[in-house]
Parts: sequence; structure tokens; C-alpha cells
Amino acid sequence: MKCALLADFGSTYTKLTAVDLMKEDILATSKAFTTIEDVNIGLGNALDHLETQIGKKEYDLKLACSSAAGGLRMVTVGLVKELTAKASEMAALNAGAKVLKVFSYELTDDNMAEMKDLRPEIILLSGGIDGGNKEVIIQNARKIASSDLEAITIVAGNKVATDIIRKIFDEAGKDYVVTENVMPDYNKLNIEPARSKIREVFLNRIIFAKGLGKIKDTMNDIVMPTPSAVLKAISILSHGTLKEKGLGELLAIDVGGATTDVYSIAEQKPFEGNTVMKGLPEPEDKRTVEGDLGLKYSLDSLYEALNMTQKSKIDLEAFKTYLEKVLEDPSILPDDDAQLLEHQLTFGAIEEAVNRHVGELSIQYTIHGSVRCQQGKDLTTIRTIVGTGGPMINSKVPTELFEAVLYNDAAGQRLKPKEAKFYLDHKYILAAMGLLATYYPEKAIRIMKKELKKV
Amino acid sequence: MSKTVIMGVIGADVHAVGNRILEYAFSEAGFKVINLGVMVAQEEYIKAAIEADADAILVSSLYGHGELDCQGFKEKCIEAGLGDLPLYIGGNLVVGKQDFEDVKQKFIDLGFDRVYPPGTLPATSIEDLKKDLEA
Repeated sequence: MKCALLADFGSTYTKLTAVDLMKEDILATSKAFTTIEDVNIGLGNALDHLETQIGKKEYDLKLACSSAAGGLRMVTVGLVKELTAKASEMAALNAGAKVLKVFSYELTDDNMAEMKDLRPEIILLSGGIDGGNKEVIIQNARKIASSDLEAITIVAGNKVATDIIRKIFDEAGKDYVVTENVMPDYNKLNIEPARSKIREVFLNRIIFAKGLGKIKDTMNDIVMPTPSAVLKAISILSHGTLKEKGLGELLAIDVGGATTDVYSIAEQKPFEGNTVMKGLPEPEDKRTVEGDLGLKYSLDSLYEALNMTQKSKIDLEAFKTYLEKVLEDPSILPDDDAQLLEHQLTFGAIEEAVNRHVGELSIQYTIHGSVRCQQGKDLTTIRTIVGTGGPMINSKVPTELFEAVLYNDAAGQRLKPKEAKFYLDHKYILAAMGLLATYYPEKAIRIMKKELKKV
Repeated sequence: MSKTVIMGVIGADVHAVGNRILEYAFSEAGFKVINLGVMVAQEEYIKAAIEADADAILVSSLYGHGELDCQGFKEKCIEAGLGDLPLYIGGNLVVGKQDFEDVKQKFIDLGFDRVYPPGTLPATSIEDLKKDLEA
């Protein structure tokens, strides 16, 4: 029997998934608290759990992803907020990073002080289309090079400026790498080279800096940050391969304690033929992260972000009591009294996160009649929605939570799916399947098709 | 190095054809053209000009509401540090038959460097721009 062991070192739990590669079955899953001082302890505990279920096994493939120790901490720098700064943020998000802050225009001393406080591991430096503005990116490179930041800078801006930037970093003795511009031409996204460079830096340097290198003895490798593994799983489930058909365009939500992540795999198309497209084009595989919409660590900001309808449903006193409890001990699960509350909050988090992810239509009245303007992606025709994350998986009424993804009149012109089939990642395997897909894409697709539960 | 120009049709104007012809003519004349298309807001021209380090902004307006759409454009350019950037406009700038000299003066007062009447051939503005950029 050929088996694979897939591990996800999360900020709270180390999760293991054992897979029978021949039968394409999930043998068992287990979890234990992540032990950041030495991750091998937590891993060992989770392995013990696994062995009590299926006994000791020889694993032919052992892969891991990690979001432990704060995930992959990044800041991005661009020129115009809506253009290169936004493009660099998209590249970092698609690489599975935790984007701490997006800076635009010239970095000030205050910006540099803030950046230092944020302790990024990677700075993605962009600015200017190729042949466009180079003064700002060069000045920002000087600022970063002369700072005492320990982060590695990935330069992905105006190619005309790279010679000078190389010199600046070389002279300062700062760690940096150069890759292609995230926006080589006006409104043309090119985030793939920066994305893969981020992953390379994560693999070769960050993992060791975090002390995660030690697991090399037990596992083969940490291959990517956890959100990147989830994106990989969702993406391959949607696209399929030559030998195994995918499910087509889809949307996925991952509700967590600190953030709510939304993934969409769909080409950006106009809502209707005569729609005028506005704003930065968006990538086919898009990930957004809402740092203020988490069910534990960001519960107070989640409440603030809810719309009036949602807020009016929530008993404020009960919420305050629950909030206190959660902040004291984030590992508690909602008791019977708090279940309705958690349901309402989860619903609100999903609704708001999806509202921010999808495109928006606005009607402009002109002398030629009304004209539709669209910003972002039209996801109204998406028919498959995948949900994951504790609050969704543990919910007694997941179908009701999925309803928060769908189009409703109150959301106005937000281009959310109109009707869809809902699939729940009830065994929590998405990240593991993203890992498996790096070696066995077809197996990963088939296992997901089997294990994602239709609700 | 080739000069970069930002062009587009301002306001709620959806006239797409002339804009394409202009893009073609300016590209043929050796400019790097960034065409923002139709229904372009003032801010979009400015943001594109910053990112591209543009040498000029060329505004088209065909539906007669140009004056309204262009109020405050120059001021925003100045705020964005683009005060010295040549700013051109052309098309059917006002409604009805008005004396072009009056129209031209209106747009010069709004901060435009060159104002073109309906029917101007691209070659005219190309020649002007080359001259202005040399100066």
C-alpha cells in the first residue's frame, strides 16, 4: 500500500491527513496543538493520534505546509494605490502571504517606522510600469536599503529602474531578489513571476528562519504556505487536468479565527456585452483575505463590520459576554447559548467577505441612456461553492451559512452567485489536497470530488 | 526614448470609434499610447499618468458636456504633481453651434494647453505635441 502523509502546521493546530494513494482514500485525519518552540513535538502528538486510528504506517510521500509563527508576513510597496500597489498586494495574497500593509507613493520616515513595527519577512517592492515612473521606486529602494529591516526585498517594478536598484541594495549589503514587473504595462497584471519568487524565498530562507526547518527529519519538506496550498487545491479542483475533469468555475470560503479568506477561480468577464469595465483587471485565480472578519481573534472588528440588518439580529449583551470569553480563551467552542450567536456572526463574516471579493455593477445615466460600469469580477454565473474552516465545518446548519454567499437584493449590484451547489470540506482536507496536487494532481481532484460533502 | 501619452474619452461619454482612430494615429507617429477607453474619470487619467510617467494627457469629448466634465481637471493635475504636463482636448466640446474661439478660450481658462475643434485631423495634434514636447 502506497501512502502519503500531509501536514498543515497552523497557528493553533497541526493537522495531519493520511491518504491511501492507490485506493485514493482518506485513511484518517488528526490534529494536535502546534508547538512553536519545537514544531516536532506537536507533530509527534498528532502522529500518535493518527496511529491510534490506523496504526503505524510507512509513508512514501510526506509533505507539509505552514501558517505557523504568524504565517508568511509581508508588506508590499507600489506607486499608485489603485495600480501597482494593488497589483503587488494581489501577487502577495496569491502566494499565500499574510499582507500586513500595502504602502503607496514615496515611503516616508513614518512609513518606515511602521514597517519596522510590522516585522515583515518579505517586502515586495513595485512601482511604475516598464518605462514609466522610476524615481519613486528608486527612492523607496534607497529607504529600504538604508533601514535596519531584516526582511528580504523582492523587486518587481519598472524594469528600467532595476539596474540602479540592484546597485543600491548591493552597496547596502541588503538581501534582495529581482523579478518581472507586477504591472509591465498600464492595467496589465503580471503577478505570476512575483508570486513564484515569493514562494522560492519562503522555501529557501523563511522556513529556516522560523525554526520550521527542523521538521525536515520527519517530513520531506514544507512546500508552501497553507493559504497557497488551499488556493492550489481549489484551483486544480476547478480547472482539472487533461486526464481528470474539473468542476469548472468556483468560489470557496475559508472562515477562520483571525481572517475570512475568499477564493474565486473564474475568468474576469463583463456582466453583459455592453458593460464598460473599470479598474485593475483581476487574476483568474483570486484570493482575498479579510483581517477584520475572524470568528475569534478579530471578533470585535467583525461585529463592527456587520451591516445594520445583521447587527439588529444580534443580542448585544450576549455578544459582549461571548467576546470576553473568546478573548480570554480562543480555543473554547461555543456552548449551546452561544451557538446561535456564532451562527449569526459567521453568516455576517461570510456575507461581508464575499461582498468585498466580488465585482460590483453601477449604472451610469448618460445622454445615450443608461450604461453599465463593472469593477471587479462577475461571479453571478458560478454554480459551485466550497466552504471550509471551523465555524462552517462545525455548524449544525451549514446550508444556511452558504446562503450568505448568494446574491440578494440588499447587496445591490454586487455580482455574487445567483444559485449554486454547496460543498463542505467536512474533513478539513483542502490544504492537504493542495499539497498532494503538487505530485498527484489527478488523485487530489478525485479525492476532493469524493470527500467534499454536498449539503 | 518614445514619449508616452495618456488618452481617453472623458465623463459619461461612450463614443469609442474616434478614440481608436486617435490611438492608431498616435502609435503610428511613434508615441507609446496608453488608451483608457471610454467613460474615463479625471482621476483615471492622472493615476495612469503617474504610473506611466507620461509626457502628455489627451482628452476627447464628443457628446457636448466637455466643459462640465473638465472642471477642476487642471487643479487635480497640479495637486498630483503633474502641473507641467501638457493637457490637450478635442472633439465636440459644447452643445450646439457656438463660436469656436469662445469655446477655445473657455477650455484654455480651464487649464488646457491646446483645444481642437470638431473635424481636426490627428496629424495636426501630433505635430503640435511633438513641438510642445521639444520645447
